[in-house]
Amino acid sequence: MIRLALLLLALTLSCSLARAVEPDEVLADPALETRARALTQELRCVVCQNQSIDDSDAPLARDMRVLVRERIKAGDTDDEVRAFVVARYGKFVLLSPPVEGDTFILWLAPFAITGLGALAAWAYLRGLARQPATAAALTPTEEDAVQRKLDEAP
Amino acid sequence: MSRWLALVPVLILATLALYFAIGLRTDTRTIKSILIDKPLPAFDLPAFPDDGKRITPETLKGRVTLLNIFASWCITCRVEHPVLLKLAMEKRAEIIGLAWKDKPDELKQWLEELGNPYATIADDRIGRTAIDLGVTGAPETYVIDKKGRIRYKHVGAIDDYTWTNILEPLVKQLEAET
Repeated sequence: MIRLALLLLALTLSCSLARAVEPDEVLADPALETRARALTQELRCVVCQNQSIDDSDAPLARDMRVLVRERIKAGDTDDEVRAFVVARYGKFVLLSPPVEGDTFILWLAPFAITGLGALAAWAYLRGLARQPATAAALTPTEEDAVQRKLDEAP
Repeated sequence: MSRWLALVPVLILATLALYFAIGLRTDTRTIKSILIDKPLPAFDLPAFPDDGKRITPETLKGRVTLLNIFASWCITCRVEHPVLLKLAMEKRAEIIGLAWKDKPDELKQWLEELGNPYATIADDRIGRTAIDLGVTGAPETYVIDKKGRIRYKHVGAIDDYTWTNILEPLVKQLEAET
């Protein structure tokens, strides 16, 4: 039973680590391979679109992984490799879009909405604080009215 | 003040409705080409069948052409094929094929079986030119103007509708350019 559990655990863990990268694609130099892996994890597969090319089994993703490794071997910096792919497929291939003129709303919106929410919460709480903690005491007339109602009780 | 506050949910709903109205009608699957209005990227590919000729961007200059990315392994290309054949037979368009990562014997068989609508076929066996063109899948068709610039890209099969409504008017407009 424990063995089975361990086996299942091992399988689950290996699944999360498994990538689409084939052994023959891997670069001999571990430092370059690490860079290639990091880069391909941030490039979008244009076939499946919500997977990185590192994750995707699509033939085009494989071609692009090989291409990224070729550029790295040829001495490109990470930025040059990114620029190479963007020149062909546009900024859409960057899974994390750069902060620029046309993307600043995308990046700013979460902070703006959080800020608005905080402002609304602050205004609400301040309103609560301003209200008197206890209601004003009853006037003599009101006291009389209450007493009369109580006396009416059967 | 509190009366105006009641409008806030309505405003939020209206904003959401606007987002959905735009978002749900927009095709987000198709990645727009960033090469529109740019010259074709450099390439130098053998013709298929290989007769020693090389296909380069120069080959496509001087008239309006359709550059069609296809392959014998591509199912949708089979659907598109009769439309291309008709266009070629009626001489409505000059279609240059780019065989994307195809095997020569399978490509040959495909053309023999279905017919050949292509004026010329460039053989991109390793698929590098397709990546330079920003191809995201097959079939894709680029409309190339007389100066060899990419003017439009259609993703997916060309059918009668896309030809009549999008491609034909564009081809005519580009043919009128000097």
